[in-house]
Amino acid sequence: MNVALVSRIVPVQLRESRRAHHMVERSMVVYRRGWVMIVSGFFEPLFYLLSIRVGAGKLVGDLDVGGQMVDYATFVAPALLAASAMNGAVIDSTFNVFHKLRYAKTYDAVLATPMTPGDIALGEIAWALIRGVIYATTFAVVIVVMGLADSPWIVAAVPIAVLIGFAFAGVGMAVTTYMRGWADFEFVFLATMPMFLFSGSFFPLSRYPHALRVIVQLTPLYHGVELERAAASGRFGAGSFVDAAYLLALGAVGLVVAARRIERLLRP
Amino acid sequence: MAPTTEPLIRAEKLSKRFGAFVAVDGIDFVVERGEAFGFLGPNGAGKSSTMRMIGCVSPVSAGTLRIFGLDPATDGTRIRGRLGVVPQQDSLDEELTVYENLVVYGRYFDLPRSVCRERAYELLDFVQLRDRANSRVEPLSGGMKRRLTIARSLMSEPEMLLLDEPTTGLDPQARHLVWDRLYRLKQRGVTLVLTTHYMDEAEQLCDRLVIMDNGRIVAEGSPRQLIERYITREVLELRFSEADEADAASILDLVDRAEALPDRLLLYTDDGEQTLEHVHARNVRPLSALVRRATLEDVFLRLTGRSLVE
Amino acid sequence: MTTPMPLRIFEHQLVAYRRLWRGTVVVSFAQPVLFLLAFGVGIGALIDEDVAASRRIGDVPYLAFVAPGLLASACMVTATVESTWPVMSAIKWSRQYHGMLASPLTSTDLVHGQVLWIAFRSMITAVAVGLVLIFPDDTRSVGLFGSVLAGVLTGLAFGVPITAWTASVDRENLFFGLQRFVVTPMYLFAGAMFPISQLPRPFRAIAYVTPLYHGVELSRGFALGTIDSAAFVHVAVLSAFVVVGYLWARRTYPRRLSP
Repeated sequence: MNVALVSRIVPVQLRESRRAHHMVERSMVVYRRGWVMIVSGFFEPLFYLLSIRVGAGKLVGDLDVGGQMVDYATFVAPALLAASAMNGAVIDSTFNVFHKLRYAKTYDAVLATPMTPGDIALGEIAWALIRGVIYATTFAVVIVVMGLADSPWIVAAVPIAVLIGFAFAGVGMAVTTYMRGWADFEFVFLATMPMFLFSGSFFPLSRYPHALRVIVQLTPLYHGVELERAAASGRFGAGSFVDAAYLLALGAVGLVVAARRIERLLRP
Repeated sequence: MAPTTEPLIRAEKLSKRFGAFVAVDGIDFVVERGEAFGFLGPNGAGKSSTMRMIGCVSPVSAGTLRIFGLDPATDGTRIRGRLGVVPQQDSLDEELTVYENLVVYGRYFDLPRSVCRERAYELLDFVQLRDRANSRVEPLSGGMKRRLTIARSLMSEPEMLLLDEPTTGLDPQARHLVWDRLYRLKQRGVTLVLTTHYMDEAEQLCDRLVIMDNGRIVAEGSPRQLIERYITREVLELRFSEADEADAASILDLVDRAEALPDRLLLYTDDGEQTLEHVHARNVRPLSALVRRATLEDVFLRLTGRSLVE
Repeated sequence: MTTPMPLRIFEHQLVAYRRLWRGTVVVSFAQPVLFLLAFGVGIGALIDEDVAASRRIGDVPYLAFVAPGLLASACMVTATVESTWPVMSAIKWSRQYHGMLASPLTSTDLVHGQVLWIAFRSMITAVAVGLVLIFPDDTRSVGLFGSVLAGVLTGLAFGVPITAWTASVDRENLFFGLQRFVVTPMYLFAGAMFPISQLPRPFRAIAYVTPLYHGVELSRGFALGTIDSAAFVHVAVLSAFVVVGYLWARRTYPRRLSP
């Protein structure tokens, strides 16, 4: 009976996907040689946070957030973590996937084996998430070392980053399967850039006119930012469940669409 | 338990459509265990589409197809687990080294890691690429890439190997190396299914073959049988200067069949030398004369009016 | 009177660009504009409330302070993008350069063509940002022309040496290193977003030798009308980067593209 239930919920593209971990294995072999790039990822959050503390932080001073005075760097740091989780997932699921799909034809060979399109979609997303975990952990460590975390709940920042990554990797991969050429990537950029800048990351949402505030609250990164801020300050609320559910749903939908599209693209 | 005499592939009225375009038009064929079976035909004949259906990477549009007695629509994963595939485009993983390509591919079949490593080295020796094990894929020559692809296809020790145009684009030396390796595999009992537009390849490798044109099968049999059935043993090729072309028309009655190509005249006869004597006896002096064995190319020409290589 | 070779290359790229421009203009235009909105207007509102902060940036609204900086930075980014991936592509993937060299073109022509192209793309970015800066009162000034020129010079100061470098390396992974360790730190610390007087002294010294610092100072000086004799230093430093980069490219191009 349980099997029947799973069969109805899990879409057919993912039903036989028991081999997704081989895609992860493959990525690990590739990156074993590129470990320098992964390790150097540590510098990015360091640079950004330092520049905030030394630069804009000194100019902006403290902000009133929900009744508490927070210095600017503490305000921005969790948002930057969320944004970097988004960017990492997007790059992995669009850029890299598109290259493999269209030019390297890497997936063609994979599909001639017992691997299925569902395996590929799941495996690539899983790898994006693993990289996200490594990166988010590094970022969280930098935040703690720079004294920008107010609560031990900061450890939740890593699973939250995974959730953000899952949402964007799912959507990213789905979108990538519709792209026709490198030029289409501009649209990806046009989506992530405004989100990065305007999801309440650099200045509080309370400064927006009401209409804009509503629009921002409909976008995914906003929810990621809210969750990360909650983790850094230790103040979760009912809204946190909504944030988490939103991201989970987005990722799931993206995953299914991606698997279906890959099937159609590679098995005409 | 299926009897051992059950064919590995059985196709009935197999069709493949892409929208309005019919690539494969209701073909029937059977592939027996242990044989080397070929699809011979020009580009666009539907060979690759057929191979992709057998390889369970392209859904069947109409008709039945059974591989190992299984239906690709429901058991695609299982079937692919027992196949080895050498596609037309190598599609090697350019982010991995030669050795890693083999190991990772083996892992897709759930083979244990130690087995993958061991077998990778064995296969690199088999295709003579051991010294390039740690090289990236990009700088390899076309022949090396093809050999790597063949090695890759053998990682799972498949019962049946599908090869789509295995030596297209290779220089003669590389071609002979590939043929040699395939022949050895055949001796080990691996069933080979290949497509090609090279008649020498079909003659060399295949026990049985079908000739395809425009999505249909126009002939079937062993290379020997096809030649005996459709054409004579030998062919006399004559070239004429422009001035003497009228002569060309006058000797046509010497044989039952003749074919006029843009640059030469083919006379089909069981004894080329004798026919040539007859030609000379009539005082016709061609620019050049060549007596050769009849090939599958001639069979194809006979059946479709076109040559295999356009 | 035949067209000079570099111009022919430029022409070729222009034609190719006709198909791509819509995409890149959106990004070259949209990114600086969005950044201006977020930082200039968004964060700017927070900064302008603080008198001490305003004094530190020269008693101008933050938008007026940061916009010319972003102009120069945008040119840096554009030039970097144009001198990494497309050059590697022309060498290795599309192999456009090899095709061109089969004609009477020489590798020197290719270098000149690339320099022209970087200048052109930087100019487009600089003009796009400059156009946006016409709207707010604080940034509307004749000096914007000077800022645009400063942007072009900044673009060249990055694009030309990086082009030379691209022709000397083989792995594209290094581009990510360039982004991570050169472009991003400069973007953050070279004075575009905040005055480098806020940096600890040893880092200030590092900032002085970066091309972006000089590009930002030049661009800001023109836009705010605070330009002084230091401008000669800025122009000199930027030009030095261009010249050194050019000479370097003249060596790496033939070496990489020799048959």
